[in-house]
Amino acid sequence: MILTYIETREKKIKKSSLEALSEARRKAAELGTEAAAVLVGTGIEGLAAELSSYGASKVYVLESGSLDRYSTQDYAAALAGLVKKLCPAAVFFSATAMGKDLAPRLAARLGVGLASDCTQVSAGDGGLEFTRPIFAGKALLTFRLTSSPQVVSLRPNVFPLAPAAAAGEVIRETVEIPATTARAEVTEILQESGGEIDVTEADIVISGGRGMKGPENFELLREISALIPRSAVGASRSAVDSGWIGHQHQVGQTGKTVSPNLYLAFGISGAIQHLAGMSSSKVVVAVNKDPDAPIFKVADFGVVGDLFQVIPPLKEELKKLRG
Amino acid sequence: MDILVLVKRVPDTESKIRINRETNSVVEEGLNFILSPYDEYAMEEALRIKGAKGGKVVAVTVGRDESLVILRKCLAMGADEAVLIKDPLPETYDGLRTARIIARFVQAKYPDARLLLFGKQSVGADNSQVPAMVAELLGIGQANVVVKLEVEGETATALREIEGAQEKVFLTLPAVVSAQKGLNEPRYETLKGIMMAKKKEIPIVSIEELGFKPDELAPQLAIIKMDQPPARQAGRVVTGVAEETARQLVEYLHTEAKII
Ligand SMILES: Cc1cc2nc3c(=O)[nH]c(=O)nc-3n(C[C@H](O)[C@H](O)[C@H](O)COP(=O)(O)OP(=O)(O)OC[C@H]3O[C@@H](n4cnc5c(N)ncnc54)[C@H](O)[C@@H]3O)c2cc1C
Ligand SMILES: Nc1ncnc2c1ncn2[C@@H]1O[C@H](COP(=O)(O)O)[C@@H](O)[C@H]1O
Repeated sequence: MILTYIETREKKIKKSSLEALSEARRKAAELGTEAAAVLVGTGIEGLAAELSSYGASKVYVLESGSLDRYSTQDYAAALAGLVKKLCPAAVFFSATAMGKDLAPRLAARLGVGLASDCTQVSAGDGGLEFTRPIFAGKALLTFRLTSSPQVVSLRPNVFPLAPAAAAGEVIRETVEIPATTARAEVTEILQESGGEIDVTEADIVISGGRGMKGPENFELLREISALIPRSAVGASRSAVDSGWIGHQHQVGQTGKTVSPNLYLAFGISGAIQHLAGMSSSKVVVAVNKDPDAPIFKVADFGVVGDLFQVIPPLKEELKKLRG
Repeated sequence: MDILVLVKRVPDTESKIRINRETNSVVEEGLNFILSPYDEYAMEEALRIKGAKGGKVVAVTVGRDESLVILRKCLAMGADEAVLIKDPLPETYDGLRTARIIARFVQAKYPDARLLLFGKQSVGADNSQVPAMVAELLGIGQANVVVKLEVEGETATALREIEGAQEKVFLTLPAVVSAQKGLNEPRYETLKGIMMAKKKEIPIVSIEELGFKPDELAPQLAIIKMDQPPARQAGRVVTGVAEETARQLVEYLHTEAKII
């Protein structure tokens, strides 16, 4: 069995968890085993149906009052209990903020290695093989895990979704959560203004760099974003360090790694540290007035020109498309 | 209050990475090594907490003799002590192995440390594993990817970044905190600091001293290969009147790439 941890926020399933489940089902089929899913929290049993439509043959529901809010320690303890009972070959996570927090804690609890932020999983003779970018994508590492179960986290926006009907038996499990004295509790979640989607989760990222000239001009990018569903505004480090936009928008080696379907770079030169964060984008478009800007070396489509002149007609064209 | 800062020596972010295909490892020759950028934020935060609350800051790394350089940098920034845990193996990319060494070291040498500060990720291995694993092995709480930290007596409050929001995490000490960019602006070393750092003795702790049996630390990871990713190809570039280039761009996205 490959067990996929399904992350929920506000009682909704994260898309990247469905991606992880889709990949788990593909690998389970190759290995001749089943794909199961696990939900942790309260009031989430109703979400199980959605999981069977992505091929989970069993959906385990770990419900307990103390699991209402995410806590790394309690969630790791609950999952470890289930893993010990089911003995799955692998446990898949999505490498989201929660996945990166929880997967290593679970792996350490089980005393096993972790394959984190993988961009490829293949089923070979010796079991699963994992590939992940290292050095911010300048190299790729392919390896096996020698311990079992194999704990794995998958980079969001990389693995395709594959809806597939399955029986989807729902199994409620009771969990024992050991009391601990050393605590870490989430007491509050502070939403970013406007509830915009995060650059790591967006299908399309529209980024601006020093060429944007000032904070007010990021409004232009937000206007483009408003015309494109599931898009988010990103930035280079120069723009962030100038205080034009919050650093949660920064893409690159010391920012976020994004793999959207489309990455649009406005007034970004394409420094190696920036490329590190966006090179796994499916399509890259750059608008820059300098024809020699390194960003053009990685762009599928480049516009040499002044972004302030290109953006207004670009918005008009996008509006035309939307009818 | 004793604060441990866990630091790692990594190649400069500007580095071009070359691979030795025989050993499936990175060619170190010609690379410039630095203190991992996120660890620098952790180091700065420790110094600020010490400035406000007193105590001692200890920089610790697991690595080879080459890593002494980054410990000297930490001392020059203002760390009171630095320790090298000598690891005979080069980079294993195995977070659990490093975490086991660190956890055992903390229990043996600094059982009273109140705060363990890390970078959110080591630049290079890019694992984001070690801090959470150390927290689990020590049975203490954690807050990762932290952009704000306030220590108050025996507790701390951390703001950590999640997708599109921040989580406020309440911690009882001791605890593990890993630093994200935005936490602070690291200071530069002063000349005086650099001079003092040169004179300080850096104790070296061996793996055997920590009581590990050889097989206990076998990597959980068997490397199959290390590759260069396929290079992105430069595509079409258009120039000219803005209206026309904008139209071409949208046409490309709509009919050719079929994204919009
Ligand atoms: C340890 C370390 C980590 C780093 N991490 C990151 C990171 O995570 N992310 C990151 O982005 N950087 C990072 N950097 C910084 C990186 O090296 C570059 O300095 C930065 O990416 C440059 O940002 P930029 O492209 O916006 O600015 P610039 O390099 O100044 O480029 C601005 C571009 O805008 C163009 N331009 C100007 N005006 C116009 C106009 N009107 N119309 C069209 N084009 C115009 C110019 O031709 C130029 O190409 C890091 C650096 C270090 C040392
Ligand atoms: N060899 C090491 N020695 C000391 N600290 C380390 C080492 N490797 C990782 N760390 C710490 O763990 C953090 C996350 O590393 P990683 O899990 O490798 O991404 C780093 O920023 C360091 O704070």
